[in-house]
Amino acid sequence: MVELWNIYIWPLIWILAKILLIVIPLFLAVAYLVWSERKVIGLMQQRMGPNVVGPWGIWQSFADVLKLLLKETILPTGANKIVFLIAPMLTFVLAFVAWAVIPVGEGWVLANINVGIMYLFAISSLGVYGIVMAGWASNSRYSFLGAMRSAAQMVSYEISMGLVIVTVLMCVGSLNLTDIVEAQRTVWYVVPLLPMAVVFFISTLAETNRHPFDLPEAEAELVAGYQTEYSAMSFALFFVGEYANMIMMSSMTVILFLGGWLPPMDIAPFNWLPGPLWFGIKVAAILFIFIWARAAFPRYRYDQLMRLGWKVFLPMSLLWVVGTAGVLVAFDLAP
Amino acid sequence: MGEVQISNYTMNLGPQHPAAHGVLRLVMEMDGEVVERADPHVGLLHRGTEKLIEHKTYLQSIPYFDRLDYVSMMCQEHSFVLAAEKLLGLEVPQRGQYIRVMFSELTRIMNHLMNILTQAMDVGAMTPMLWGFEQREILMEFYERVSGARMHAAYFRVGGVHRDLPAGLLEDISDWCETFPKIIEDIETMLTENRIFKQRNVDIGVISVEDAMDWGFSGVMIRGSGAAWDLRKSQPYEVYDKMDFDIPVGKHGDCYDRYVCRIEEMYQSLRMIKQCIAEMPEGPVSATEHKVVPPSRAAMKSSMEALIHHFKLYTEGFSVPAGEVYAAVEAPKGEFGVHLIADGSSKPYRCKIKSPAYSHLQAFDFLTKGHMLADSVAIIGTLDIVFGEIDR
Repeated sequence: MVELWNIYIWPLIWILAKILLIVIPLFLAVAYLVWSERKVIGLMQQRMGPNVVGPWGIWQSFADVLKLLLKETILPTGANKIVFLIAPMLTFVLAFVAWAVIPVGEGWVLANINVGIMYLFAISSLGVYGIVMAGWASNSRYSFLGAMRSAAQMVSYEISMGLVIVTVLMCVGSLNLTDIVEAQRTVWYVVPLLPMAVVFFISTLAETNRHPFDLPEAEAELVAGYQTEYSAMSFALFFVGEYANMIMMSSMTVILFLGGWLPPMDIAPFNWLPGPLWFGIKVAAILFIFIWARAAFPRYRYDQLMRLGWKVFLPMSLLWVVGTAGVLVAFDLAP
Repeated sequence: MGEVQISNYTMNLGPQHPAAHGVLRLVMEMDGEVVERADPHVGLLHRGTEKLIEHKTYLQSIPYFDRLDYVSMMCQEHSFVLAAEKLLGLEVPQRGQYIRVMFSELTRIMNHLMNILTQAMDVGAMTPMLWGFEQREILMEFYERVSGARMHAAYFRVGGVHRDLPAGLLEDISDWCETFPKIIEDIETMLTENRIFKQRNVDIGVISVEDAMDWGFSGVMIRGSGAAWDLRKSQPYEVYDKMDFDIPVGKHGDCYDRYVCRIEEMYQSLRMIKQCIAEMPEGPVSATEHKVVPPSRAAMKSSMEALIHHFKLYTEGFSVPAGEVYAAVEAPKGEFGVHLIADGSSKPYRCKIKSPAYSHLQAFDFLTKGHMLADSVAIIGTLDIVFGEIDR
């Protein structure tokens, strides 16, 4: 009996506790990301934003979740019901499992695996399946077009994203996310690799289907794109998944280019703050730019988006990969 | 596997759709994202306005015009009252004419704001809309102060306008004229030179002057193609001949040129509003012919004739001599005309309405052919259609 406890039950509880330790703060982060997005965009557009539920509307997201939980999940008659229901779950799960390898502080990571960046990249690539399945299963033309757009968009931008990651990896010499952050002790990679950081950030906008690349759910054309037929909790899963993905992509940007949990300089006022707090501040700053872009820009057209991805970003990042490799070899800087 | 027959698919856009600007239903034949054929279906907002007007007195007909194109209300009342005044041979006093021109131009700004901002929204930019709607709200307050209604004013009456301007309104409009250019500039910084906005609008929905004429375009839709056609200049009504203003014209006839034209027209309207305020004469706001224009409340208390006139005007209405007339105004969307046939009674025998957006919408297939789905939405935006006047 004692053996059973020691071998199976305690480890299980411990794993569950660790998962909860990631998932609960993430849920809260999503809730307040949605709230702050509405609030920030509201201020940019000279209106109030949510201000009724609780002081400054801070309980708004919880009220929304409650509303969505209580509503009926409508299954369209023509839909493929199983795929239709699996799609949002897939999106939701993928957005959360990626967090297993994200180090938010020194040693603050669930699984410090050596192929961390590959794992992240693989998970974010899988994200497109949720959307394609949703679009196909809905049996609606708007959903279908949205899903097609999304698939094309995510695949195109992943290529330049991959090349950007390769550039960073060449500078670090490791696929481990903690090592990537540690390698930036002297200088954050955003300084030597600035164009790559910009390409990466713009690709993350495309990868998360955010403005100005929100074609898959372009309201003016496709009503709500692949989400058109979803309602209640199945919609909420997509929604939470999308925002969790945004936070995940911002964290990736922070880890790859902005020195993760490291303070800007290792001197007095900066290193008083603990690492995870720095990480949070940086992620919040990137998310602010996400929101800002949404308030500021119109939307690209499908072919223009493709042109930007294939004709601008791909050659540019390819050139940088070659250039960086050349510099690293020529000056014997390669780790 | 043998040969596979690939066919286009049909998409039903609307009548309930975020970009349809009302109840537009488009049946589109699509080849992937490319629109092969777009078939606009109209009539979902048909309310039988023209027929209803045949059973209403001239005064009762005016509110129907507010409800045609519900973003440029007073301009349409203007067309109807001009037609009736032509038949009656009625002269509107100077002050009344100035007030009409001032409110027509305020209405034009209201309409262009709505159009530019919703077009921006259709291509995905949502912030300018909220900035501009704040200004529209101010304009609606001006409407409310003269007529009591924010939208459906029924302020222009046969013979003049309903009431004189309330105290302080001219000063407030004048103040607003000073602050408003800043808002247009803000909106322009978000759109005019924005690369994405330009990519979405330049060379989209191109139409040449000849084609525009063949399709019966008017207003900004034809000016954007390069024809300086404006009824306010070519056949001035009211005091437009005294106004100093320019007609902005486009060069390429694409969505972007039309957008720029609309921005410039707002500045021109502002110029005219300022002139109206500066030159606004004193005097009556409507004709004193009491067979048509109701007498003042005060006069009714002491004069028997005034009381009789009032009673007759609000029961039977005034009679319009038999005849046929066409009166058109340069409404914000284009030439808005009313063809009125009077039979000598107090009700129109026939009232045919010529709405500009109807002609614009019929060219939709011509404009969108070969464009992508996203462009068709930008084109709907630039056509400046409102279903109230298309379906009538």
